[in-house]
Amino acid sequence: MPQSPEIAVEFRDVSFQINDREILSHLNLTIYQGETIVLLGRSGSGKTTTLKLINHLLMPTTGLVLVDDRSTAKWETIALRRRIGYAIQDIGLFPHFNVAENIGLVPSLEKWHKQRIETRVYEMLNLVGLEPGIFAQRYPHQLSGGQRQRVGVARALAADPPILLMDEPFGALDPITRLELQQQFQYLQTQLGKTVVFVTHDIQEAFVLGTRIGLMYEGDLAVLGTQAELLQSQHPEARAFIDCLNPWQNGENT
Amino acid sequence: MKAIDLLSNRDISEILVRSGEHLVLVAIAMGVAIAIGIPLGITITRYPRLASPILGIANALQTIPSLAIFGFLISVPFLGGIGKNPAIVALTLYALLPLIRNTYIGITSVDPAVREAGKGMGMTDWQLLTQVEIPLASGVILAGIRVATAISVGVATIAAAIGGGGLGVFIFRGLATVDNRLILTGAIPAAAIALGADLALGWVETRLRQQPVRLGKLDRKVTIGGAILALLLVSLIALNYFQTPATITIGSKNFTEQIILGELLAQQIETHTKIKVDRQLNLGGTFICHEAVKAGKIAGYVEYTGTSLTAILKQDPIEDPQVVFDKIKQAYDRQFQLEVMLPLGFENTFAFIIRNEDAKRLQIKTLSEAAKYTPQLRGGFGYEFLERKDGYPAVAKTYGLKFAKIQQMEFGLMYQALKEQKVDLIAANSTDGLIPVLDLVILEDDKKYFPPYQAVPIFNQATLTKYPELRSVINQLAGMISTKDIQNMNYQVDNKSRPVDRVVRAWLKSKNLA
Repeated sequence: MPQSPEIAVEFRDVSFQINDREILSHLNLTIYQGETIVLLGRSGSGKTTTLKLINHLLMPTTGLVLVDDRSTAKWETIALRRRIGYAIQDIGLFPHFNVAENIGLVPSLEKWHKQRIETRVYEMLNLVGLEPGIFAQRYPHQLSGGQRQRVGVARALAADPPILLMDEPFGALDPITRLELQQQFQYLQTQLGKTVVFVTHDIQEAFVLGTRIGLMYEGDLAVLGTQAELLQSQHPEARAFIDCLNPWQNGENT
Repeated sequence: MKAIDLLSNRDISEILVRSGEHLVLVAIAMGVAIAIGIPLGITITRYPRLASPILGIANALQTIPSLAIFGFLISVPFLGGIGKNPAIVALTLYALLPLIRNTYIGITSVDPAVREAGKGMGMTDWQLLTQVEIPLASGVILAGIRVATAISVGVATIAAAIGGGGLGVFIFRGLATVDNRLILTGAIPAAAIALGADLALGWVETRLRQQPVRLGKLDRKVTIGGAILALLLVSLIALNYFQTPATITIGSKNFTEQIILGELLAQQIETHTKIKVDRQLNLGGTFICHEAVKAGKIAGYVEYTGTSLTAILKQDPIEDPQVVFDKIKQAYDRQFQLEVMLPLGFENTFAFIIRNEDAKRLQIKTLSEAAKYTPQLRGGFGYEFLERKDGYPAVAKTYGLKFAKIQQMEFGLMYQALKEQKVDLIAANSTDGLIPVLDLVILEDDKKYFPPYQAVPIFNQATLTKYPELRSVINQLAGMISTKDIQNMNYQVDNKSRPVDRVVRAWLKSKNLA
């Protein structure tokens, strides 16, 4: 098992309600340093909410979310967020910033020296496979969907945060580009060893990327475990997702 | 060719001065409105509960007629009064709505995903606002500035009604003298300013919008910086403009004779004393002048005794001119601390006027005779005349007048309407220079209904105490202006389009006063 015993993020009996509607109920989850945990589930199962509780975009109604052993309520919010990379689907890039400015955002918020930011931006562009000379000065609307995702990932990584939150970052891509990015991300992860919390509704993606997979169902974890453990689960929601892996075969059997 | 003739007749330098005044009014008002409106718009994005009351107030302000705002502002200290200040206040109030609303809408319609990404990456609210929300909303905010500017250029023409200057001066003067060329002299440059400002702001807007594609970050800063610099520059020029020293101010109501009389007082004071005179001619009407002189915003103006008695003191008409004069002199002294000076000589009474051809055809000379025919005639009366106690209702009762139709109209439009047979009988001033020129006749007030309307200068007592030499200088004019004199001066200005100051100077010379 690649996971180390150090705990990066911990959910202790966390519930979250909005307008009397329970989105999360009594969630317990421990995320270890250096692992990639994939939160899998249908729309509305509470994956994104779980993610936003980590960087304090949302606050638990009851329970505690601990980052580095400290409750998010006790963290200084801005400091907390700056050590957590955040990549969301497609639109999160600032349309009025060019690629270099987008990637250099957190470093410049952290008041890095200009030269250092530039070096870092080029490094990040190379890392995600975009030629800096071509892309640094472009604006988001001049990029393809796949290129934008790469910039989004580069931006999340720029200030070298120990934790990375990714909310369906590859959701809106065509299958070929998505596969390419998934493979690249996997490679990146072996190099960088970040703690990653990754949200998706695609079980295939979860299998490719996740050290562990947390299957969410109606605001709680239905199954938490490795790929093999998930495949053996008898939970109906797990079965439903597993059926998606080979829908053709499934169709013939019934 | 004709156009060039017109322009050379017209004082081109005055057009430029008025355009300058107009621009300055709009620029200052916009500067102030931007300084208030945009921060306010931003504030309500942070405190959404304030949004609907603040937008509601701004909306309500927009619906108040500009003349009503001006009237209200006269008695307000510091910001109000007459002249440029209340004009700027009113323009600012009108410009607020589009600025607040567009700032609010621009910022609230920034893609929530973009805002959340910024927050999630640890931007503070201030950083989010200045680096993300405002830049992304700048197009919408600028569109608001464009709308507000266009409104301001339009409303600024009404500033002339309270002595704010600007191109409205031509328009009001043109309306008062039935001179379309004069109206256009004001309207065309005003339209040009509106278009010019819109084009300029439109250029800034496209530049900001295209900026992500073509220009670097530096250029954006240059554009915004340039705009701010230009605004500052204009404001500075404007401030300078305001500091022209003026010791006392002479006012007048908004028709030709009043402007002549105001100019006459001003020139008389300038020739015989060392006092500098600022002219606030063309103020909105009797009540604006009265409030202004009472508040000391103007030193004095010329009023008519009958108007003072009935419209200001709200008393019943009296026939004897001397009794009327004594009565108002006493009342003004006691109630308003205003001094009624000696009468200038002529009377300007209300006159019912018809076309000469009608008078001959119907064989009528007096109001009593006219009563027989009025059911077939259309009357055209000003708002003030229809409202006033001594106005239409009482006259109609006295003579038993009934009209086929009564048309309410702006004072300045009545002669035009009578001439073009849109109405058949109007109530105007007996001294109007247009009466002989348009071949019109005055119906005699044979029942002596109208009280005497002697022209008398009215001055603020505090001003007279401060400048005691004023009293004798003004009283030099006592009894000097005959009805013929004033009709002639009205005629010179109204129909010969001669500048008021020259007409007045010529008259002063003829009386050996210059």
